[in-house]
Amino acid sequence: MDGLPLRQHSATAGLRPATLDVRNISRVFSAGSGSFHALQDVTLSVAPGEFLAIVGASGCGKSTLLRLIAGLDVPDRGDIRLDGKTIDGPSLDRGLIFQEPRLMPWLTVEQNIALALENAAVTRQERAQSIADHIALVGLRGFEHAYPRQLSGGMAQRAAIARGLVTRPEILLLDEPFGALDALTKVRLQAELQRVWLAEGITMVLVTHDVEEAVFLADRVVVMAPRPGRVSAIQKVALPRPRDRTSGAFVACKAAILAALGAT
Amino acid sequence: MRRAVAWRTPALGALLPLALIATWQIAASAGTFDVGLWASPATVLRAASATVRDGSLAGDVWASLQRDVAGLAIGVPVGLIVGTLLALSRLGDALLGPSLSAVRQVALFTWVPLISLWLGNDEPGKIAFIAYAVFFPVMLATQAGVRGADPQLREVARTLCLTSWQSLRRVILPAALPSIAAGIHLALVYGWLATIGAEYLFSAGPGIGSALMTGRAQFRMDQVIVGMVAIAVVGMLLNVLAGAAERRLLQSRGL
Repeated sequence: MDGLPLRQHSATAGLRPATLDVRNISRVFSAGSGSFHALQDVTLSVAPGEFLAIVGASGCGKSTLLRLIAGLDVPDRGDIRLDGKTIDGPSLDRGLIFQEPRLMPWLTVEQNIALALENAAVTRQERAQSIADHIALVGLRGFEHAYPRQLSGGMAQRAAIARGLVTRPEILLLDEPFGALDALTKVRLQAELQRVWLAEGITMVLVTHDVEEAVFLADRVVVMAPRPGRVSAIQKVALPRPRDRTSGAFVACKAAILAALGAT
Repeated sequence: MRRAVAWRTPALGALLPLALIATWQIAASAGTFDVGLWASPATVLRAASATVRDGSLAGDVWASLQRDVAGLAIGVPVGLIVGTLLALSRLGDALLGPSLSAVRQVALFTWVPLISLWLGNDEPGKIAFIAYAVFFPVMLATQAGVRGADPQLREVARTLCLTSWQSLRRVILPAALPSIAAGIHLALVYGWLATIGAEYLFSAGPGIGSALMTGRAQFRMDQVIVGMVAIAVVGMLLNVLAGAAERRLLQSRGL
């Protein structure tokens, strides 16, 4: 299942992948006497169904940018639009996955996912079906009634991904979702995420400091630079999926991004 | 070696009380004390069995427990609401916080004269006193628990577009539950102490605290000791039950 050669869209998905427009946004934080330009004049466009990765050194504002898109924070200048509508707060159209699974420890996997549907206009039956579908989608069948403390880090993050997807968002935002996992689990979950993206056909924006992860998953990789946080380069990844991490083209692409990051 | 220590420890702990009771009995039998004032352990046992047989001990304990529960039924919910309000609302904290910390400095029992002036010397006064005694531990624990609710989980509530009421009910209060449960546990302990105190300090009536007063007034040391033991046993049972309930509750919620 890891590598479907073609984009296949599941019949059940609501399928309204969206265009995301980030226009000239700036975000300044005051730090003591001075101020800190987390983002300065950042402009980006994400096509419907696209997988966009954002990489950069810490302090380049990539997580700030994602929080702005999620609606958890407000830009000082510029605006962000989803399908032409300015974002002014969190919405179920935009799912957000954090580095930590952030599951409620007192709820089971099933109840955690159900929490996302608290305000969804669905019948009881649709709700149960949708939860079951998404548990199956992330490969957690059999763990519906497990509590978070009974799950491994990778399984907990799968549950978090199911919670992010169950509302059928137009766009899924991922903030270093695999950053805290061990190398093997990380590689496995990257393949899983690719499978989910292919199956659901939704737009995804992934913030990561792992260049290989970005090249493995993304259609385009945005390279950001710090002080002030800005976009310094955009690299297209035109390799067919599933991508071979050891192929010459993959390694060359990775090298180009590392060079843009100033790491070589 | 280790096993021997393990079983000997409780036996050693029982040695001193048993020795004291034996000495007390021997001294009483030898006529060392004025029999009118000093009861022997045997007299205490007789008084205990008499109060158990005529049902007066059970009646008094029952009356006290009912009073305790009535006080808890008022003090605990008010503590929960005020604690939550203070933790969530900056305005609420600014308005109420300083007054509550000032009032808390006034020792509990100094409220008795005022409460009996306002609410009378009977049931309403006693229940108000118990409610007041259990209010603070619940309020403080709730405030600490709600304030300490994981901000990362609260952020999840925001991204899931939960309403304020939903995030309070589904995220913040469950996150605060361990602290709230500890506060209620403490309130049960305080509540029982306050019940005895109220019965002692307000007017006489059915209740184990009043029975103690009556025993003292009639120079019945045996009755006083029976009452003390009953109070201790009920207090201990309440504490054990509350601890078990707390553990079960937290376990059933995966905490």
